[in-house]
Amino acid sequence: MLKINKLNAKIDSKEILKEFSLNINPGEVHAIMGPNGSGKSTLSNILSGKKGYEVSGEVLFEEKDLFEFETEERAHKGIFLAFQYPLEIPGVNTNIFLKTSLNAVRKARGEKELDAIEFLKLVKEKSKELKFDEEKLNRQLNVGFSGGEKKKNEILQMSLLAPKLSILDETDSGLDIDALKIVADGVNTLRDNKNSFLIITHYQRLLDYIKPDFVHVLMDGKIVKSGGAELALELEKKGYENFH
Amino acid sequence: MDNRQKEIDNLKDYKYGFTTDIENTRAPKGLNEDVIRFISNIKKEPQWMLEFRLKAFERFKQLKEPDWQKPKYPKIDYQDLYYYSAPKSMKDKPKNLDDLDPKLLETYKKLGIPLQEQKRLNGIAVDAVFDSVSVATTFREELTKQGIIFCPISEAIQNHPELVKKYLGSVIPVTDHFFATLNSAVFTDGSFAYIPEGVRCPMELSTYFRINASNTGQFERTLIVADKGSYVSYLEGCTAPMRDENQLHAANVELVALDDAEIKYSTVQNWYPGDKDGKGGIYNFVTKRGLCKGKNSKISWTQVETGSAITWKYPSCILKGDNSVGEFYSIAITNNHQKADTGTKMIHLGKNTKSKIISKGISAGFSDMTYRGLVDISSKATNSNNYTQCDSLLMGNKCGAHTVPYIKNKNSESNIAHEATTSKISEEQLHYCQQRGLSAEEAVGLIVNGFCKEVLQQLPMEFAVEAQKLVGISLEGSVG
Repeated sequence: MLKINKLNAKIDSKEILKEFSLNINPGEVHAIMGPNGSGKSTLSNILSGKKGYEVSGEVLFEEKDLFEFETEERAHKGIFLAFQYPLEIPGVNTNIFLKTSLNAVRKARGEKELDAIEFLKLVKEKSKELKFDEEKLNRQLNVGFSGGEKKKNEILQMSLLAPKLSILDETDSGLDIDALKIVADGVNTLRDNKNSFLIITHYQRLLDYIKPDFVHVLMDGKIVKSGGAELALELEKKGYENFH
Repeated sequence: MDNRQKEIDNLKDYKYGFTTDIENTRAPKGLNEDVIRFISNIKKEPQWMLEFRLKAFERFKQLKEPDWQKPKYPKIDYQDLYYYSAPKSMKDKPKNLDDLDPKLLETYKKLGIPLQEQKRLNGIAVDAVFDSVSVATTFREELTKQGIIFCPISEAIQNHPELVKKYLGSVIPVTDHFFATLNSAVFTDGSFAYIPEGVRCPMELSTYFRINASNTGQFERTLIVADKGSYVSYLEGCTAPMRDENQLHAANVELVALDDAEIKYSTVQNWYPGDKDGKGGIYNFVTKRGLCKGKNSKISWTQVETGSAITWKYPSCILKGDNSVGEFYSIAITNNHQKADTGTKMIHLGKNTKSKIISKGISAGFSDMTYRGLVDISSKATNSNNYTQCDSLLMGNKCGAHTVPYIKNKNSESNIAHEATTSKISEEQLHYCQQRGLSAEEAVGLIVNGFCKEVLQQLPMEFAVEAQKLVGISLEGSVG
């Protein structure tokens, strides 16, 4: 599904990713763990299409050059990023934002756009599943939401858009245990033999609830070790220091 | 990608920029007493109207062009303009809409304002003004049945002199400021509406202004009188061809609301804004003033200003009647090199008078936007209040937004509240929306429409949808 081959990324002439390679097959859950400044967020930014990076190397999504596509085209093709810091957009009603987003994606995929009634039915159903406060749907997007509510809103959007590849950028940070379980439930519901996940995190805590197929340790812009779920536990015990 | 760019380019083009090739009757070039007599004569005006004009012209000669506004412009040579231009076929006004010059019918059809009976807009009576004359007014018979007068002002001067004499110049006196006085001297056409006592006007009244001729100033005059206990909602739309030169549009609009009457006046202003380098476009220097003359009367201005090279106007309310209410809802958008200096004046004279100002300014490109507003509560206006909310949204870092409130409160039992915010659409917000599948243009449209929502909600339904689209189109090409 996603093939990253020797990806280099610079910002303001500072090298962040160095010959980074990763291969994610359909249905796989990969976790990337690493200390602050190791390049985790840069990776999710580049995959989502954020501008401002100087990149070289190759990234293929479903065998096609990802860099050929604009940010929104990547979203249409099924790449979703749950932001580490979801943006507040004053004046824009959450429901309207979700509906506009869902219909933009559906339209690009050649699916019928949902009318207001169909959408409301769907969003209420999903909100209930994720214990997302329905009252928030009528508020301005993320404005005045707590950290946990913002993250849940990301997962709600993920579950509405049903992406092929979901990237979760430190979605677990700042969440209490209940919210963490809800986020994990959101992922596990979507998990099947076709959809893939890339979970970026500091801690193995989230991985207690989402069992990854692979764990990679990212240090200084490249993967220094890969393994199965047990690697996360090992990391937790030993700390990143021992991987230098 | 190429196709998408083309689509954006098409949208960016001003789709009303065409010219109608039509033979015109013009007044001789320049501004003098003879030209004023020419206009008065061709309109077959009574003596009192000519005197009104000449009095204004005498005053005009003593006035100096103001220059305190923020957007500066090259000196206008008032002798190098035509003050009257009308299609030749309008000399003897056709009695029937179907006898109208097909070129005129075609023009309005292209603008989305069909005039012929079978195709007319439902529930909206339209007065179509082309350069210096009104070419057609729809639904007149239906309105007459209820005693409502809706006609070109040139006709009202002949057919309803008692009303026009009483109210014309009663809100904007002939001795007012430079541009308003110029208008009083040379105004050509515009709309007149009178709603009799106790009548609720059953449909939207609207005027569609079109500038077509080159080198011509457009000076319309609109007068709306709502008699006791009546209600009317009035809409105004404007477009002009794309030309390299700047054209002056200096209209006067007067509203009078008697006891318990309400006037809702909405404008969607889409004059040609000039090209992306700032060449050409309309100078929209307009005086709009409403008088809440009677007790419990209400005047509400809603404006969506997206066009013009320079917009310079302050639709105002004089709250003379006790318990009267004035409202001003505004969206002003400037892109490329457009400039705007706009806002309102709320003059509280009566007791228990209330006013509300909601202003949303959006600047993009190299444009510059100023909100300027006066709230003046006189010593007699006990228990009055004003609420002002003034929000600016910036796109990019080459544009400007300024807020200049003037606040005068001479009554200790009255109060004024002013809130202002300035925000910017960030790259991060755009990236977030794009990651959710929206294009940059769609994202801007969503954010901007959210920002303007409070004002868009004030527009009559038929116009709100159009205005929402216009807001998006005006900002095309301002991102990425």
